[in-house]
Amino acid sequence: MASNFKGRDIISVRELSKDDILRVLTLAESLKKTPRPNLLQGMVMGSCFFEPSTRTRLSFETAMQKLGGRVVGFADPNVTSAQKGETLYDAIKIIGQYVDVIAMRHPLEGAARRAAEATDKPILNGGDGANQHPTQTLLDLFTIQECQKKINNLTITMVGDLKYGRTVHSLAQALIHFKPKFYFVAPEFLQMPDYILAELKSAGIAFQKKNTIKEVIAQSDILYMTRIQKERFSDISEYEKVKDVYVLGNDLLAKAKPNLRVLHPLPRVNEIATEVDATPHAYYFQQAENGLYVRQALLGLVCGKL
Amino acid sequence: MRAYKVYSIENGTVIDHIPAENGLALISLLGLHRRGSVVTMGTNFASKKLGKKDIVKIENRELTPDEFNQVSLIAPMATINIIRASKNIKKYTIAMPAFFERIIKCPNHKCITNSEACATKFYSQMKGKSLSLRCHYCEKVFPQDEIKNHIPRL
Repeated sequence: MASNFKGRDIISVRELSKDDILRVLTLAESLKKTPRPNLLQGMVMGSCFFEPSTRTRLSFETAMQKLGGRVVGFADPNVTSAQKGETLYDAIKIIGQYVDVIAMRHPLEGAARRAAEATDKPILNGGDGANQHPTQTLLDLFTIQECQKKINNLTITMVGDLKYGRTVHSLAQALIHFKPKFYFVAPEFLQMPDYILAELKSAGIAFQKKNTIKEVIAQSDILYMTRIQKERFSDISEYEKVKDVYVLGNDLLAKAKPNLRVLHPLPRVNEIATEVDATPHAYYFQQAENGLYVRQALLGLVCGKL
Repeated sequence: MRAYKVYSIENGTVIDHIPAENGLALISLLGLHRRGSVVTMGTNFASKKLGKKDIVKIENRELTPDEFNQVSLIAPMATINIIRASKNIKKYTIAMPAFFERIIKCPNHKCITNSEACATKFYSQMKGKSLSLRCHYCEKVFPQDEIKNHIPRL
Protein backbone atom coordinates (compact mmCIF):
# COMPACT_ATOMS: atom_id res chain seq x y z
CA MET A 1 0.00 0.00 0.00
CA ALA A 2 1.19 3.53 -0.74
CA SER A 3 2.23 5.48 2.33
CA ASN A 4 0.65 8.73 3.37
CA PHE A 5 2.57 11.38 1.45
CA LYS A 6 1.38 14.45 3.39
CA GLY A 7 4.38 16.21 4.90
CA ARG A 8 6.78 13.58 3.61
CA ASP A 9 10.27 14.35 2.34
CA ILE A 10 11.18 12.92 -1.08
CA ILE A 11 14.91 12.48 -0.73
CA SER A 12 15.91 9.11 -2.08
CA VAL A 13 14.30 6.66 -4.46
CA ARG A 14 15.41 3.97 -2.01
CA GLU A 15 12.59 5.04 0.31
CA LEU A 16 9.81 4.76 -2.25
CA SER A 17 7.86 1.50 -2.30
CA LYS A 18 6.42 0.07 -5.50
CA ASP A 19 2.98 1.31 -4.46
CA ASP A 20 4.36 4.78 -3.73
CA ILE A 21 5.88 4.92 -7.21
CA LEU A 22 2.71 3.70 -8.91
CA ARG A 23 0.65 6.28 -7.00
CA VAL A 24 2.89 9.10 -8.22
CA LEU A 25 2.74 7.81 -11.80
CA THR A 26 -1.06 7.54 -11.73
CA LEU A 27 -1.45 11.06 -10.37
CA ALA A 28 1.06 12.47 -12.86
CA GLU A 29 -0.93 10.91 -15.69
CA SER A 30 -4.13 12.39 -14.37
CA LEU A 31 -2.56 15.86 -14.00
CA LYS A 32 -1.23 15.65 -17.54
CA LYS A 33 -4.75 14.96 -18.84
CA THR A 34 -6.64 17.22 -16.46
CA PRO A 35 -4.81 20.29 -15.13
CA ARG A 36 -5.65 21.38 -11.56
CA PRO A 37 -4.91 25.12 -11.66
CA ASN A 38 -6.23 25.82 -8.13
CA LEU A 39 -4.95 22.79 -6.26
CA LEU A 40 -2.20 24.57 -4.32
CA GLN A 41 -3.72 28.05 -4.24
CA GLY A 42 -2.43 30.04 -1.26
CA MET A 43 0.63 27.82 -0.85
CA VAL A 44 4.25 28.85 -1.39
CA MET A 45 7.17 26.73 -2.58
CA GLY A 46 10.73 27.64 -1.65
CA SER A 47 12.93 27.01 -4.67
CA CYS A 48 16.39 26.65 -3.15
CA PHE A 49 19.02 25.97 -5.79
CA PHE A 50 22.47 26.04 -4.24
CA GLU A 51 23.79 24.80 -7.57
CA PRO A 52 22.80 25.92 -11.05
CA SER A 53 20.03 24.01 -12.80
CA THR A 54 17.75 24.86 -15.66
CA ARG A 55 15.35 22.01 -16.40
CA THR A 56 14.87 20.83 -12.82
CA ARG A 57 14.43 24.29 -11.33
CA LEU A 58 12.17 25.62 -14.05
CA SER A 59 10.02 22.52 -14.05
CA PHE A 60 9.60 22.58 -10.24
CA GLU A 61 8.72 26.27 -10.35
CA THR A 62 6.35 25.88 -13.29
CA ALA A 63 4.75 22.84 -11.65
CA MET A 64 3.98 24.87 -8.52
CA GLN A 65 2.63 27.81 -10.49
CA LYS A 66 0.45 25.62 -12.71
CA LEU A 67 -1.17 24.27 -9.55
CA GLY A 68 -2.00 27.80 -8.41
CA GLY A 69 0.83 28.09 -5.88
CA ARG A 70 3.53 30.73 -5.65
CA VAL A 71 7.29 30.43 -5.70
CA VAL A 72 10.03 32.23 -3.81
CA GLY A 73 13.69 31.32 -3.88
CA PHE A 74 17.04 31.63 -5.53
CA ALA A 75 18.87 30.06 -8.43
CA ASP A 76 22.35 31.11 -7.41
CA PRO A 77 23.87 30.47 -3.98
CA ASN A 78 26.02 33.57 -4.38
CA VAL A 79 22.98 35.67 -3.49
CA THR A 80 22.37 33.80 -0.20
CA SER A 81 23.95 33.85 3.24
CA ALA A 82 25.77 30.63 2.32
CA GLN A 83 28.44 33.01 1.03
CA LYS A 84 28.72 34.47 4.53
CA GLY A 85 29.27 31.01 5.95
CA GLU A 86 25.71 30.22 7.00
CA THR A 87 25.10 26.48 7.32
CA LEU A 88 22.58 24.71 5.14
CA TYR A 89 20.80 23.68 8.34
CA ASP A 90 20.22 27.27 9.45
CA ALA A 91 19.25 28.44 5.96
CA ILE A 92 16.62 25.72 5.55
CA LYS A 93 15.31 26.16 9.10
CA ILE A 94 14.53 29.78 8.33
CA ILE A 95 13.18 29.26 4.81
CA GLY A 96 10.98 26.49 6.22
CA GLN A 97 9.29 29.08 8.44
CA TYR A 98 8.23 31.06 5.35
CA VAL A 99 7.08 28.41 2.89
CA ASP A 100 4.88 25.30 2.70
CA VAL A 101 7.26 23.08 0.73
CA ILE A 102 10.90 23.27 -0.39
CA ALA A 103 12.41 22.06 -3.67
CA MET A 104 16.19 22.09 -3.48
CA ARG A 105 19.43 21.20 -5.22
CA HIS A 106 22.82 21.25 -3.55
CA PRO A 107 26.31 20.23 -4.69
CA LEU A 108 27.03 18.19 -1.53
CA GLU A 109 25.83 14.62 -1.11
CA GLY A 110 23.36 14.12 1.71
CA ALA A 111 22.40 17.80 1.71
CA ALA A 112 18.70 17.09 1.20
CA ARG A 113 18.69 14.66 4.14
CA ARG A 114 20.39 17.26 6.30
CA ALA A 115 17.92 19.92 5.16
CA ALA A 116 15.01 17.67 6.11
CA GLU A 117 16.31 17.61 9.68
CA ALA A 118 16.13 21.39 9.83
CA THR A 119 12.44 21.81 9.00
CA ASP A 120 9.09 20.06 9.33
CA LYS A 121 8.10 21.25 5.86
CA PRO A 122 8.48 18.64 3.13
CA ILE A 123 11.75 18.67 1.17
CA LEU A 124 11.79 17.60 -2.46
CA ASN A 125 15.32 16.66 -3.46
CA GLY A 126 16.17 18.04 -6.89
CA GLY A 127 19.67 16.54 -6.75
CA ASP A 128 22.30 16.32 -4.01
CA GLY A 129 25.69 16.07 -5.69
CA ALA A 130 26.22 12.68 -7.28
CA ASN A 131 23.85 11.02 -4.82
CA GLN A 132 20.11 11.12 -5.50
CA HIS A 133 17.71 12.85 -7.87
CA PRO A 134 14.43 11.06 -7.14
CA THR A 135 12.17 13.31 -9.22
CA GLN A 136 14.29 12.50 -12.30
CA THR A 137 13.86 8.79 -11.57
CA LEU A 138 10.10 9.17 -11.20
CA LEU A 139 9.80 11.13 -14.45
CA ASP A 140 11.90 8.47 -16.18
CA LEU A 141 9.58 5.74 -14.88
CA PHE A 142 6.51 7.76 -15.87
CA THR A 143 7.92 8.24 -19.36
CA ILE A 144 8.79 4.56 -19.75
CA GLN A 145 5.26 3.60 -18.76
CA GLU A 146 3.74 6.24 -21.03
CA CYS A 147 5.70 5.35 -24.16
CA GLN A 148 5.50 1.57 -23.73
CA LYS A 149 1.95 1.45 -22.30
CA LYS A 150 3.34 -0.79 -19.57
CA ILE A 151 6.20 -0.78 -17.09
CA ASN A 152 6.72 -4.46 -16.28
CA ASN A 153 8.97 -6.95 -18.10
CA LEU A 154 10.68 -4.48 -20.44
CA THR A 155 14.16 -4.77 -21.92
CA ILE A 156 16.04 -1.65 -20.90
CA THR A 157 19.43 -0.74 -22.34
CA MET A 158 21.47 1.89 -20.57
CA VAL A 159 24.33 3.47 -22.50
CA GLY A 160 27.29 5.73 -21.73
CA ASP A 161 28.71 6.75 -18.39
CA LEU A 162 27.11 4.17 -16.13
CA LYS A 163 29.74 4.45 -13.43
CA TYR A 164 29.26 8.06 -12.40
CA GLY A 165 25.76 8.78 -13.68
CA ARG A 166 23.36 9.09 -10.75
CA THR A 167 20.30 8.93 -13.02
CA VAL A 168 21.13 5.44 -14.27
CA HIS A 169 21.90 4.18 -10.76
CA SER A 170 18.62 5.38 -9.29
CA LEU A 171 16.61 4.28 -12.31
CA ALA A 172 18.11 0.78 -12.23
CA GLN A 173 17.31 0.53 -8.51
CA ALA A 174 13.73 1.76 -8.95
CA LEU A 175 13.11 -0.56 -11.91
CA ILE A 176 13.85 -3.57 -9.69
CA HIS A 177 10.16 -3.37 -8.72
CA PHE A 178 9.12 -3.92 -12.34
CA LYS A 179 11.09 -7.01 -13.43
CA PRO A 180 13.10 -5.58 -16.33
CA LYS A 181 15.91 -7.16 -18.29
CA PHE A 182 18.94 -4.87 -18.48
CA TYR A 183 21.75 -4.37 -20.95
CA PHE A 184 24.53 -2.08 -19.78
CA VAL A 185 26.55 -0.67 -22.67
CA ALA A 186 29.74 1.15 -21.64
CA PRO A 187 33.52 0.90 -21.78
CA GLU A 188 34.60 -1.38 -18.94
CA PHE A 189 35.93 1.41 -16.75
CA LEU A 190 32.62 3.29 -16.97
CA GLN A 191 30.44 0.23 -16.36
CA MET A 192 27.66 0.01 -13.78
CA PRO A 193 29.17 -0.12 -10.26
CA ASP A 194 29.36 -3.47 -8.50
CA TYR A 195 27.05 -2.43 -5.67
CA ILE A 196 24.22 -1.79 -8.14
CA LEU A 197 24.90 -5.09 -9.93
CA ALA A 198 24.84 -6.85 -6.54
CA GLU A 199 21.43 -5.31 -5.77
CA LEU A 200 20.07 -6.45 -9.14
CA LYS A 201 21.49 -9.93 -8.66
CA SER A 202 20.00 -10.36 -5.21
CA ALA A 203 16.62 -9.19 -6.58
CA GLY A 204 16.83 -11.80 -9.37
CA ILE A 205 17.00 -9.20 -12.17
CA ALA A 206 18.72 -10.35 -15.38
CA PHE A 207 21.46 -8.10 -16.76
CA GLN A 208 24.36 -8.28 -19.19
CA LYS A 209 27.26 -5.93 -19.79
CA LYS A 210 27.87 -5.12 -23.47
CA ASN A 211 30.40 -3.14 -25.45
CA THR A 212 28.26 -1.74 -28.26
CA ILE A 213 24.72 -0.50 -28.85
CA LYS A 214 24.64 -2.50 -32.08
CA GLU A 215 24.63 -5.83 -30.20
CA VAL A 216 21.45 -5.07 -28.28
CA ILE A 217 19.44 -2.53 -30.26
CA ALA A 218 17.17 -5.16 -31.83
CA GLN A 219 16.12 -6.55 -28.43
CA SER A 220 15.61 -3.27 -26.58
CA ASP A 221 12.35 -1.53 -25.66
CA ILE A 222 14.09 1.46 -24.06
CA LEU A 223 17.46 2.91 -24.95
CA TYR A 224 18.49 5.17 -22.08
CA MET A 225 21.39 7.28 -23.34
CA THR A 226 23.78 9.27 -21.14
CA ARG A 227 26.69 11.52 -21.90
CA ILE A 228 30.28 10.27 -21.67
CA GLN A 229 32.37 13.13 -20.39
CA LYS A 230 35.78 13.61 -21.90
CA GLU A 231 37.23 14.57 -18.52
CA ARG A 232 36.58 11.06 -17.16
CA PHE A 233 39.39 9.72 -19.36
CA SER A 234 42.96 9.92 -18.11
CA ASP A 235 44.21 9.03 -21.57
CA ILE A 236 42.63 11.19 -24.27
CA SER A 237 43.41 8.64 -26.97
CA GLU A 238 41.14 6.19 -25.10
CA TYR A 239 38.35 8.76 -25.33
CA GLU A 240 38.93 9.21 -29.04
CA LYS A 241 38.67 5.42 -29.48
CA VAL A 242 35.31 5.01 -27.76
CA LYS A 243 33.55 8.33 -28.30
CA ASP A 244 31.79 7.27 -31.49
CA VAL A 245 30.86 3.80 -30.22
CA TYR A 246 28.38 5.37 -27.82
CA VAL A 247 26.79 7.79 -30.26
CA LEU A 248 23.31 6.99 -31.54
CA GLY A 249 22.44 7.77 -35.15
CA ASN A 250 19.71 6.63 -37.53
CA ASP A 251 21.98 3.88 -38.91
CA LEU A 252 21.90 2.08 -35.56
CA LEU A 253 18.14 2.57 -35.25
CA ALA A 254 17.50 0.70 -38.51
CA LYS A 255 17.40 -2.58 -36.60
CA ALA A 256 15.31 -1.31 -33.71
CA LYS A 257 11.90 -2.69 -32.82
CA PRO A 258 9.06 -0.29 -33.74
CA ASN A 259 8.24 0.29 -30.07
CA LEU A 260 11.83 1.24 -29.10
CA ARG A 261 12.00 4.66 -27.49
CA VAL A 262 15.16 6.63 -26.83
CA LEU A 263 15.39 8.50 -23.52
CA HIS A 264 18.08 10.83 -22.19
CA PRO A 265 18.15 12.86 -18.94
CA LEU A 266 19.54 15.81 -20.99
CA PRO A 267 21.48 17.91 -21.68
CA ARG A 268 22.82 15.98 -24.64
CA VAL A 269 25.97 17.02 -26.39
CA ASN A 270 26.65 14.73 -29.32
CA GLU A 271 25.65 11.28 -28.05
CA ILE A 272 22.33 11.40 -29.91
CA ALA A 273 22.65 12.72 -33.45
CA THR A 274 20.06 15.42 -34.16
CA GLU A 275 18.77 13.32 -37.09
CA VAL A 276 17.26 10.98 -34.47
CA ASP A 277 14.96 13.78 -33.23
CA ALA A 278 12.68 13.36 -36.23
CA THR A 279 12.27 9.58 -35.85
CA PRO A 280 9.37 8.02 -33.94
CA HIS A 281 11.96 6.53 -31.58
CA ALA A 282 12.97 9.89 -30.08
CA TYR A 283 11.18 10.49 -26.79
CA TYR A 284 13.64 12.58 -24.76
CA PHE A 285 11.84 15.89 -25.23
CA GLN A 286 8.53 14.38 -24.05
CA GLN A 287 10.54 12.90 -21.17
CA ALA A 288 11.70 16.37 -20.13
CA GLU A 289 8.12 17.68 -20.39
CA ASN A 290 6.90 14.86 -18.14
CA GLY A 291 9.02 16.25 -15.32
CA LEU A 292 6.37 18.90 -14.98
CA TYR A 293 3.53 16.44 -14.29
CA VAL A 294 5.55 14.22 -11.99
CA ARG A 295 6.65 17.24 -9.95
CA GLN A 296 3.04 18.49 -9.85
CA ALA A 297 1.98 15.10 -8.50
CA LEU A 298 4.68 15.17 -5.83
CA LEU A 299 3.90 18.75 -4.80
CA GLY A 300 0.18 17.92 -4.52
CA LEU A 301 0.93 14.78 -2.51
CA VAL A 302 3.41 16.18 0.00
CA CYS A 303 1.27 19.30 0.49
CA GLY A 304 -1.60 16.97 1.40
CA LYS A 305 -3.88 18.06 -1.44
CA LEU A 306 -3.92 14.85 -3.51
CA MET B 1 50.14 -18.83 37.82
CA ARG B 2 49.09 -16.38 35.14
CA ALA B 3 51.11 -13.19 35.14
CA TYR B 4 49.01 -10.06 34.82
CA LYS B 5 50.91 -7.54 32.84
CA VAL B 6 48.17 -4.92 33.10
CA TYR B 7 47.17 -4.37 36.71
CA SER B 8 43.70 -5.49 37.74
CA ILE B 9 40.98 -2.98 38.47
CA GLU B 10 38.48 -2.92 41.33
CA ASN B 11 35.57 -1.40 39.49
CA GLY B 12 34.98 -0.66 35.83
CA THR B 13 35.19 -2.40 32.47
CA VAL B 14 37.77 -4.67 30.87
CA ILE B 15 37.66 -5.04 27.10
CA ASP B 16 39.51 -8.19 26.10
CA HIS B 17 40.26 -9.88 22.77
CA ILE B 18 40.88 -6.70 20.83
CA PRO B 19 42.90 -7.51 17.70
CA ALA B 20 46.54 -6.53 18.35
CA GLU B 21 47.42 -2.91 17.65
CA ASN B 22 43.78 -1.83 17.67
CA GLY B 23 43.61 -0.86 21.33
CA LEU B 24 44.38 2.80 20.69
CA ALA B 25 41.82 2.99 17.90
CA LEU B 26 39.23 1.50 20.24
CA ILE B 27 40.02 4.04 22.98
CA SER B 28 39.70 6.76 20.38
CA LEU B 29 36.48 5.37 18.93
CA LEU B 30 34.76 5.30 22.31
CA GLY B 31 36.31 8.61 23.35
CA LEU B 32 37.49 6.91 26.56
CA HIS B 33 40.43 9.27 26.91
CA ARG B 34 38.14 12.28 27.08
CA ARG B 35 35.93 11.14 29.91
CA GLY B 36 38.13 11.48 32.94
CA SER B 37 38.42 7.78 33.81
CA VAL B 38 41.81 6.14 34.19
CA VAL B 39 42.34 3.96 31.11
CA THR B 40 45.15 1.42 30.76
CA MET B 41 46.02 -0.52 27.68
CA GLY B 42 48.25 -3.49 26.96
CA THR B 43 49.23 -4.52 23.49
CA ASN B 44 50.52 -7.68 21.79
CA PHE B 45 49.50 -10.17 24.47
CA ALA B 46 49.50 -13.80 23.39
CA SER B 47 45.99 -15.00 22.57
CA LYS B 48 44.69 -18.45 21.64
CA LYS B 49 41.77 -16.89 19.79
CA LEU B 50 43.58 -14.12 17.94
CA GLY B 51 47.29 -14.92 18.02
CA LYS B 52 48.01 -11.52 19.52
CA LYS B 53 45.60 -9.20 21.26
CA ASP B 54 45.23 -5.89 23.04
CA ILE B 55 43.41 -5.32 26.34
CA VAL B 56 41.84 -2.06 27.56
CA LYS B 57 40.77 -1.43 31.15
CA ILE B 58 38.58 1.50 32.18
CA GLU B 59 38.43 2.30 35.87
CA ASN B 60 35.21 3.21 37.66
CA ARG B 61 33.12 3.23 34.57
CA GLU B 62 30.82 0.52 33.21
CA LEU B 63 30.24 0.65 29.50
CA THR B 64 26.63 0.26 28.37
CA PRO B 65 25.71 -2.37 25.76
CA ASP B 66 25.04 0.44 23.25
CA GLU B 67 28.52 1.80 23.80
CA PHE B 68 30.39 -1.44 23.58
CA ASN B 69 28.54 -2.63 20.51
CA GLN B 70 30.15 0.32 18.73
CA VAL B 71 33.42 -1.53 19.33
CA SER B 72 32.35 -4.20 16.85
CA LEU B 73 33.73 -2.00 14.07
CA ILE B 74 37.31 -2.76 15.02
CA ALA B 75 37.03 -5.63 17.49
CA PRO B 76 34.15 -7.91 16.50
CA MET B 77 35.48 -10.74 18.71
CA ALA B 78 35.97 -8.59 21.80
CA THR B 79 34.62 -9.59 25.18
CA ILE B 80 33.49 -7.07 27.76
CA ASN B 81 33.84 -7.78 31.46
CA ILE B 82 32.12 -5.59 34.02
CA ILE B 83 34.10 -5.53 37.26
CA ARG B 84 32.64 -4.64 40.67
CA ALA B 85 34.64 -5.01 43.90
CA SER B 86 37.36 -6.84 41.93
CA LYS B 87 34.86 -9.47 40.77
CA ASN B 88 33.84 -10.12 37.21
CA ILE B 89 30.07 -9.78 37.54
CA LYS B 90 29.05 -9.75 33.87
CA LYS B 91 30.63 -10.88 30.66
CA TYR B 92 29.32 -9.83 27.25
CA THR B 93 30.27 -10.62 23.73
CA ILE B 94 29.83 -7.99 21.06
CA ALA B 95 26.65 -7.78 18.98
CA MET B 96 26.60 -5.91 15.69
CA PRO B 97 24.47 -2.76 16.15
CA ALA B 98 22.01 -1.71 13.46
CA PHE B 99 23.79 1.62 13.16
CA PHE B 100 26.84 3.55 14.34
CA GLU B 101 26.33 7.13 15.45
CA ARG B 102 28.82 9.97 15.79
CA ILE B 103 31.97 7.86 15.86
CA ILE B 104 33.14 7.85 12.24
CA LYS B 105 33.87 10.58 9.77
CA CYS B 106 32.33 9.87 6.38
CA PRO B 107 35.11 8.88 3.96
CA ASN B 108 33.24 10.66 1.15
CA HIS B 109 34.70 14.16 1.14
CA LYS B 110 31.65 15.41 -0.77
CA CYS B 111 29.31 14.28 2.02
CA ILE B 112 27.49 17.14 3.77
CA THR B 113 28.72 15.82 7.15
CA ASN B 114 32.26 16.82 6.20
CA SER B 115 31.25 20.35 5.45
CA GLU B 116 29.04 21.38 8.35
CA ALA B 117 28.88 20.28 11.99
CA CYS B 118 26.56 17.32 12.02
CA ALA B 119 26.52 13.97 13.87
CA THR B 120 27.29 11.14 11.46
CA LYS B 121 25.23 7.98 11.25
CA PHE B 122 26.03 4.75 9.43
CA TYR B 123 23.84 1.68 8.94
CA SER B 124 25.56 -1.68 9.21
CA GLN B 125 25.08 -4.24 6.46
CA MET B 126 26.41 -7.76 6.98
CA LYS B 127 26.96 -9.94 3.95
CA GLY B 128 28.29 -13.28 5.11
CA LYS B 129 31.16 -12.33 7.39
CA SER B 130 31.97 -9.01 5.76
CA LEU B 131 30.62 -5.79 7.17
CA SER B 132 29.94 -2.69 5.16
CA LEU B 133 28.45 0.61 6.30
CA ARG B 134 26.04 2.94 4.53
CA CYS B 135 26.10 6.64 5.30
CA HIS B 136 22.70 7.96 6.39
CA TYR B 137 23.37 11.21 4.50
CA CYS B 138 25.29 10.58 1.28
CA GLU B 139 24.08 6.92 1.08
CA LYS B 140 27.53 5.72 -0.03
CA VAL B 141 28.47 2.23 1.10
CA PHE B 142 31.96 1.61 2.53
CA PRO B 143 33.66 -1.68 3.35
CA GLN B 144 34.77 -2.07 6.96
CA ASP B 145 38.47 -1.72 6.08
CA GLU B 146 37.92 1.69 4.52
CA ILE B 147 35.84 2.93 7.45
CA LYS B 148 38.50 1.92 9.98
CA ASN B 149 40.79 4.57 8.57
CA HIS B 150 38.20 7.23 9.32
CA ILE B 151 37.89 6.71 13.04
CA PRO B 152 39.44 9.79 14.65
CA ARG B 153 42.85 8.73 16.07
CA LEU B 154 44.38 9.61 19.41
